[in-house]
Amino acid sequence: MAEPNEIGASGFVAPGDPDGPILRLRGVRKSFGTHVVTEVLHGIDLDVHAGEFVALVGPSGAGKSTVLNLVGLLDRPSAGRIWLDGTDTSTLDDAGLTRFRGEKIGFVFQFHHLLPAFTCLENVMMPLLVHRGRPDAEMRDRARDLLVRVGLRDKQDARASDLSGGQQQRVAVARALAMRPPLVLADEPTGNLDTHAADQVFDLLREFNREYRGAFVIVTHDARLAGRCDRIVEIVDGAIRGDSRASM
Amino acid sequence: MRFEVIVALRFLREGRFQTWLTLAGVAVGVGVIVFLSALISGLQERLIENTLGSQPHVVVRPVDEAARRMVEDGADTVVAKVEKAAQRPRTIPDWPLNLARIERVPGIVATSPIAAGAAFAVKGDVSKAVALRGVDPARFDRIVDVTGRLTAGTFRLEGSDAVLGEGLARDLGLGVGDKVRLLTEGGRADVFLVGGVFDLGAKDLNERWVLVSIRNAQTLLNLQEGITSIEARVDAIFEAERRAADIVDRTGLEADTWMQINRQLLVGLKSQIASAVMIQFFGVLAVALGIASVLVVSVVQKSREIGILKAIGTSTGKTMTVFVLQGAILGLAGSALGCLLGAVLAILFRNLALAPDGSPVFPVDLHWTRFVAASVVATAVGIAAAVAPARRAAKLDPAEVIRYG
Repeated sequence: MAEPNEIGASGFVAPGDPDGPILRLRGVRKSFGTHVVTEVLHGIDLDVHAGEFVALVGPSGAGKSTVLNLVGLLDRPSAGRIWLDGTDTSTLDDAGLTRFRGEKIGFVFQFHHLLPAFTCLENVMMPLLVHRGRPDAEMRDRARDLLVRVGLRDKQDARASDLSGGQQQRVAVARALAMRPPLVLADEPTGNLDTHAADQVFDLLREFNREYRGAFVIVTHDARLAGRCDRIVEIVDGAIRGDSRASM
Repeated sequence: MRFEVIVALRFLREGRFQTWLTLAGVAVGVGVIVFLSALISGLQERLIENTLGSQPHVVVRPVDEAARRMVEDGADTVVAKVEKAAQRPRTIPDWPLNLARIERVPGIVATSPIAAGAAFAVKGDVSKAVALRGVDPARFDRIVDVTGRLTAGTFRLEGSDAVLGEGLARDLGLGVGDKVRLLTEGGRADVFLVGGVFDLGAKDLNERWVLVSIRNAQTLLNLQEGITSIEARVDAIFEAERRAADIVDRTGLEADTWMQINRQLLVGLKSQIASAVMIQFFGVLAVALGIASVLVVSVVQKSREIGILKAIGTSTGKTMTVFVLQGAILGLAGSALGCLLGAVLAILFRNLALAPDGSPVFPVDLHWTRFVAASVVATAVGIAAAVAPARRAAKLDPAEVIRYG
C-alpha cells in the first residue's frame, strides 16, 4: 500500500483526490492486426498509487511491454480506459497525449536510449527543454543535481556514447526523473547490465521512488530484483494472474 | 536557445561529412547560379549598351500620310486600287507642346527633338550621301552619348559647327577644323566647320551621320521651325513598348521602340534571359534534391533518436521543426558559401580575359540583389525540401522505435 505523505508531497499528488491512484486501468484490451485480429490483452484492471514500486513480471510474449506502452501513452488501448494522475487519457488527442507523456511519465528503456549527439547533461535536460517551462539556468541546475545523485558528477560534459552501459543507464534514470513525473516506467532497465551495475541502477530507482513518492512500474525478468519490489503484478497470456504485495 | 534549434544544430554537427557534403552541394548550386547569372546579365548589359548606346529607346514621329479620298461618297464608282501615299518628309505639329507632353510621360528620362533628312556631304569633287541630323547637343547626349565617344574635337554645335562619324571623316579626308559642304535635295547648301569626330561603334552611323544644330538643319531641309522626330530614353528598356503606347495616347503621334527596330537583338536578349532562367531552375533543383536526400537519409539514421524525443514528449510539430530547421540552416549556410564562391568565380573570370583597352571581355554584373535573391531562393528551397523528410520523422511511432531499439 502507498505510504501517504511519506516525504513531503512535492508535486506528486494527483489533483483532486490525494489518495486516489496515480494510474488506473479499467477493462483495458489491446488487439493487433486488421484482417486477422489477435487480442494480446484481455481486460486489465490495475491501480497503482503514488509511492508504489511495482514489478511487472511474466513470461515473454505475455503482454508486459504492451501494458507498458499503453500506460506510457505510446499506444492507445482497443477498449477500456486508462486514467493517469486523475485524467482520463482517452479524452486526449495525439498532441495532448504527447504533452501529457512529457509531463507525467518518465521512461527508462532497456537499451537506455540516450541521444548520442548530446552530452550527459543535455540528455538529462532534454525533457525539460522539450517542455520548456523553466529558465535555462534552473533546468541546468536540476539536471546537474540529478547527475550528481546518480554518481556521474564528473561525466556531465561527456558524450553519452563514451560511457559504460551501467553509466548510460544511470543517465537514463536521471533523465526519466528530470520532470519529476508522478509515474516512472522502466522496461527491463537492468536487462543489459552485469549484476553489479544492475544493482546500482535498481538501487537508484528505489531511492528516487522513496524520496519523491513517485509511482514506479518496472518490467523485469529478474526474479531477484522483482523480489525487492513492494508489489509484484504477474501477467500471463494477456491477463493479470497474480498481484502480491511484499510485507513492508 | 530553443529546443528545436539546439537539436537541429546538433544533428547537423553529428552528420559531419554528410553535412559538409550537402553544404558543398548547396554552395556549388548557389555559386553556379550567382556566377552564371552575373555573367549572362553582364554580357546582356554589354550587348544592350553596345546596341542601344547609339539608338534612342523610343522614336516619336508624325502620323503616316494616308491616301486622300479622290471619289466622293455615294458616287457610282468602285475603287479598284488605292495606292499608299508616298511619305514626304513631314514635321511634328506643334512640337514644343508635344515635347512637353512626352516629357511628362512616367518612365521617360530624356528627350531630344531632331530635325533630320537626307543630304550630301561634299569635299572637292567627292560627295557622300549622309543622314543630316539637327540636334541640341546637351539633350542629344542623354539619348546617345556622343561626347563620350568623340575621337577628336568637341561636341558643340554653334554657328556652322558640324560633328560627324569617323567613317565619313576618313572617306572625305576630313579632320577637326576642316570645312565640309552640305547639300540637300532642294539645292540648299551651306559650308560647315568640322568641330568633332565620333565613333559610335556602328559602321553605318559612323559613315552616315552628320550632326548640326537644329536651326541649321531646319534651314537646309526647308523645315521652317519644324522638327521631324522626337527621340526618347526610358528608365527600363524592356518597358519601352508600354512607354511608347503612353506617348501615342497622349500625343496622337506615332512611336517606334528599339524593340521594333531591333527584332533580332530582342530575340537574342529573350533567349539569353530564358537560358539564365533555365540555369537558375536547374541550380535550384540541384540544391533542393541535395538537401532533401540528405535529410531523408538523416531521418532514417536518426529514427531511434526521433523516437526517444517523441517518447519524452516532443510534439509532432516540434519534431517537424527540427528537420525543417536543418533544411533552412543547410540552405542558408550553403548559400552564404555559394555567394562567396560565385563572387570569386565571377571576379576571377572577369580578370581572366581583358580587351586591349583594359576592359573585361566577360563583363559580370555582381549586384547585391543577385546574392540576396539566390540566398532567399536556396533557403526557401531548403525549407521546402525538408518538409517531406520532416513529415516522415514526425510520423515515426516511438513505441516501434523503442521496441526494436
